[in-house]
Amino acid sequence: MTVNAMENHFFIDSDSLSPSALERKHRLETDPSFRTNHMEYMEGMEVIRSDVCQNVLSHMDSYNYSKYTASDVTAALEHETCTIEDLKALLSPAAEPFLEQMAERARLETGKHFGNTVYIFTPIYIANYCENYCVYCGFNCYNKIRRMKLSMEQIEHEMKVIADSGMEEILILTGESRSRSSVEYIGEACRIARKYFRMVGIEIYPVNTDEYRYLHECGVDYVTVFQETYDEKKYETLHLSGHKRIWPYRFDSQERALMGGMRGVAFSALLGLSDFRKDALASALHVYYLQRKYPYAEMSLSCPRLRPIINNEKINPLDVHEKQLCQIICAYRIFLPFVGITVSSRESAEFRNGIVKIAATKVSAGVSTGVGDHEEKYDGKESDGEQGDEQFEIADGRDLKSMYRDISDEGLQPVLNDYLYV
Amino acid sequence: MDNNKLVIGGHEFNSRFILGSGKYSLSLIEAAVKDAGAEIITLAVRRANTKEQENILDYIPEGVTLLPNTSGARTASEAVRIARLARELGCGNFVKVEIMRDSKYLLPDNQETIKATEILSKEGFVVMPYMYPDLNVARDLVSAGAAAVMPLASPIGTNRGLATKDFIRILIDEIDLPIIVDAGIGRPSQACEAMEMGAAAIMANTALATAGDLPLMASAFRQAIEAGRKAYLAGLGRVMTRGASASDPLTGFLRD
Repeated sequence: MTVNAMENHFFIDSDSLSPSALERKHRLETDPSFRTNHMEYMEGMEVIRSDVCQNVLSHMDSYNYSKYTASDVTAALEHETCTIEDLKALLSPAAEPFLEQMAERARLETGKHFGNTVYIFTPIYIANYCENYCVYCGFNCYNKIRRMKLSMEQIEHEMKVIADSGMEEILILTGESRSRSSVEYIGEACRIARKYFRMVGIEIYPVNTDEYRYLHECGVDYVTVFQETYDEKKYETLHLSGHKRIWPYRFDSQERALMGGMRGVAFSALLGLSDFRKDALASALHVYYLQRKYPYAEMSLSCPRLRPIINNEKINPLDVHEKQLCQIICAYRIFLPFVGITVSSRESAEFRNGIVKIAATKVSAGVSTGVGDHEEKYDGKESDGEQGDEQFEIADGRDLKSMYRDISDEGLQPVLNDYLYV
Repeated sequence: MDNNKLVIGGHEFNSRFILGSGKYSLSLIEAAVKDAGAEIITLAVRRANTKEQENILDYIPEGVTLLPNTSGARTASEAVRIARLARELGCGNFVKVEIMRDSKYLLPDNQETIKATEILSKEGFVVMPYMYPDLNVARDLVSAGAAAVMPLASPIGTNRGLATKDFIRILIDEIDLPIIVDAGIGRPSQACEAMEMGAAAIMANTALATAGDLPLMASAFRQAIEAGRKAYLAGLGRVMTRGASASDPLTGFLRD
C-alpha cells in the first residue's frame, strides 16, 4: 500500500460556505502559519501543575515498537505483573501472532476483576453545535449538517423515552461550543438526567476544575474526554481551529475533573488518526500515571476507531483492523486489569459480542449520535420536531433489549447500574 | 456450646461458607447456594438498587440471610449511608463493611472501616468488617462493636490463597470474634487450610465465578470447608520432622 493510500482525505467543502469562510477554511488546511500555536493555552484555560503528561510523552516518544521480538512477547505473557516494557511488547507488531494467547490472558484478568459482568449504557447528544474545525468529525464547524440544541423540555422528553426502555446509565454529549452549550446549560441537563438515571456521565468540551465541580454538584459522576491523538504534531494537523486545538489543556482534563470531585474518568485515542501503537501506549500510560496519583478514582478506556461521517463516507481507520483493535484491547486489559474498557457502537455486533467475552466490560446500546431522535428510534414514532444530524455512523444498532439478550446468551451478565450516589 | 454452629451477632448458622454474588450470572445463584449449602450470601447494594427486571433479590432462595456490602464506598460516611439504604431496601440488619480508597487493588481502608463499624454497630447493625489483617485494627474493630472480623487472604479476585496466613493466624489466636477469611481464596484446598487453622468461615466469589463448572465448584468448597472444620475440631496430629525425633529424650538426664 502506498503512503498516499494510507491517509484519509478529510477536507470537504460545503456549498453553503461564503467565499470568505471558504478561503479561511482553505488557509487553515494548507498554511500551518495561519493556525494558532496548539501548545499555548487560550484565555480562561486553567493551567495545573502535573507531571503526568511528561511521563506519558517520554515513553511514547521513545517507543520503537519494531525492536520487540517474539521472545519479548512470550516473556510479557509469562510475567505475573505486566510492566510498561511488557505493555510495549504486547502492542508491538511482534505480538500479532500471539493474539490468541493474549486473549486468553486478557480473559483471565477480566474474570478476576469483573467476573462475567458487562455494563450497558447509552449516550444522548443534546446539542451538536461546534466551534472547532476537527477535520475528521461530522460536527466540525465547516461541515454542512442540521444543527440543533435541545431545550430543557426536549431533553426531559428524550430522557423519559430512554429511561422507559430500561436504561439506567446515561452519557450526555454535546458538540464543543461553549457559547451555544454553556456549562450551565449542560449542568441543567444533568440535573434532569439524575431524575431518570442512576448514573450520569458527560462527554463535553474540557472545562476548568471549578466547572467540573459545578457539574459534579449537578449530578455528574464520570467524565470522558478523548485525546484523539497523543501525537501533538499530528494533532495540530487535524484540529485546525477552535478551543480543541489546545492539546495540553485537553490532556489535563481528566486530572481537573478528579480535582473537581468526579468519581471517575475515561480516556481514549481515536484509532486511525495517527500511529495507533503509540497512541494506544500513551492512552494506557495516561491511565496508569493518573491512577498512581489518584488511586481512589475509577478509570476506564475506550478504543474507538475512525468512522465515516455525513458528507465524507470514505473516512476509515486505515491500518487499525479488527485484529489490531483486539490486540490493543487485550494489551490494555493485561496491563490495566482493573480498568473498565468500553467498546462503542462504532464496532459491529459480531465484534462486540466477541470482545465482551475477552476484555470489554462496557457497551452502549440503543445508540443515536444525532440530536433529538430517540423517540423515533426507540418507539418508531414519527417525530414532528426537527432533529440534528449525527456525529458519525454507527455499526451496531442494537437496542437495549437485544443487547441484553445477546449478552445473556453469551453466558455473561448484563448490568445496568453499578453505582450508588452517596 | 455447639461447636458446629457459626454464631454471628447472636444469629446461628450451620454453614460456614459465605457466598459472594457479584461475579456470576443471577440465574446461577440458586444452584450455587444449594450446592454450596450456603446460608449467607452477599449482595452489592449498588447493584441491587436497580429498577431492571433482573433484580438479584428475586434470585435469593428463602431462608438465606442477605449480607449487603458497602462496595463502592470510599469513606466511612459513604459506607454508613449505603448500609442505611440497604436496611431501607429491606435487606435486614447484617452489613459487610467494605471501604476502598484504591481502585487498582481494592485493598480495604482499615481506619475508615473502624469508624464505620462503630457508627453502624451503635445503630443496631450486625457489622462484619472486611479488613487487612492487622491485630491492632482487629482489636479496635472488636471495641467498635463488630460481630465478626473478615481479614483478606490475598488481594481480592486473585485466587492466590492464604498470602496473609501468619497474620490471620494471629487474629484467630487473639480475637474472640469469628474470623471469616474473605478475598483471595481460590481453591477448596486453600479454604480447607484456613478452616484447619481455626477460621470460623470462608467467603468466596471469584473462585466460583471463574471456575469451569460453578455449581460443582460450590460443592467442592462446601466439602473442603467442612473437612477443614472437622480437622480443626479433631485437633491436628503432629507433623514428623525430617529424620524423626531422637529415641533417647534430650531431657532424659533429669533426675528430680
